[in-house]
Amino acid sequence: MAQRARPLSPFLHYRWQYTNTLSILHRITGVVLSLGFLLLVYWMAAAAAGPERYAAALDTLGSPLAQLVLIGVTFSFCYHLLNGVRHLFFDLGHGFELKTARASGWAVAIGAMLLGVVVWVAVRAGLGGGA
Amino acid sequence: MSLRSPLRRVTGLGSAKGGASHWYAQRITAVALALLGLWLVISLATMGGAAHERVVAWLASPVAAAFAVLLVITAAWHAVLGLQVVVEDYVGDKGTRVGVLLVVKFAFAVAAVIGVLAVLRIAFGVAA
Repeated sequence: MAQRARPLSPFLHYRWQYTNTLSILHRITGVVLSLGFLLLVYWMAAAAAGPERYAAALDTLGSPLAQLVLIGVTFSFCYHLLNGVRHLFFDLGHGFELKTARASGWAVAIGAMLLGVVVWVAVRAGLGGGA
Repeated sequence: MSLRSPLRRVTGLGSAKGGASHWYAQRITAVALALLGLWLVISLATMGGAAHERVVAWLASPVAAAFAVLLVITAAWHAVLGLQVVVEDYVGDKGTRVGVLLVVKFAFAVAAVIGVLAVLRIAFGVAA
C-alpha cells in the first residue's frame, strides 16, 4: 500500500472560536471533576474511619492549596453541569441554529460563573465555613 | 510487507465495536449525575456544619446513603468514560495508551469501592 499524507485532525488547523473554547473547557472541567471525585471519596473514607481521622482530613481539606482546588472543583462542577445539559439538548437534535448555539454557549459560560459563586457560598455556609 | 492484509489491520479499530454503548453510558450517567450532583450540593449546603457527627447523621439516613452510593458509582463510571476519551485522543503510542487506561480504570475502580464501603460503614453505624 502506498503511503499518502494523512488528513490532519480539525484541532490542528481550524481557527480558534467560541465552539472549541467551550468544548475544551468541558474536557478540562471534566478532568478537574475527576480529581474532585477522588477528594470526595477521601472525605467520605475519612468520615468512615472515625472522628480523629476525619478531623485530620478536615485540616488537610481546609489548607489554602486544598481550598483553591475545591474552588476549581466547584466552578468546574457548575460549568460541566450546565454545558453537559446543553450537550444533551444537542444530542436530542435541538439548539443547532447558529444564534441559538451561541446564545446557549454564553448562557452556560455566564451561568457557570454565577452558579459557581452561589454553590461555593452555600456549601461553605452549610459546612460552617470551616471546610 | 506483512502477512496481515490491510483490512485485518484496521478491523476492530475505531468506534465500530462498542462506540455506541460508550456514548449511551456517558449520557445516561450524565443525566443521573446532574440529579445526584445537585443532591450532593444541597446536602452539603444544608448539613449544618462539617463536624463528624453531622456527616454520620447525614449518611445514617437510608435514602441519603443510597444516593451517596449511587453518586460514587455513577461518578466513577462517568469519569472513567470521559478520561478514556481524553487519553485516547492525546496519548498516541498504543502501548502507553493501554497502560495509562489500565491505571486510570484501576484507580477509579479502587476509589469507587472505597467510597461505597465508606458510605456503608457509616450507614450501618460502624463509624460512630
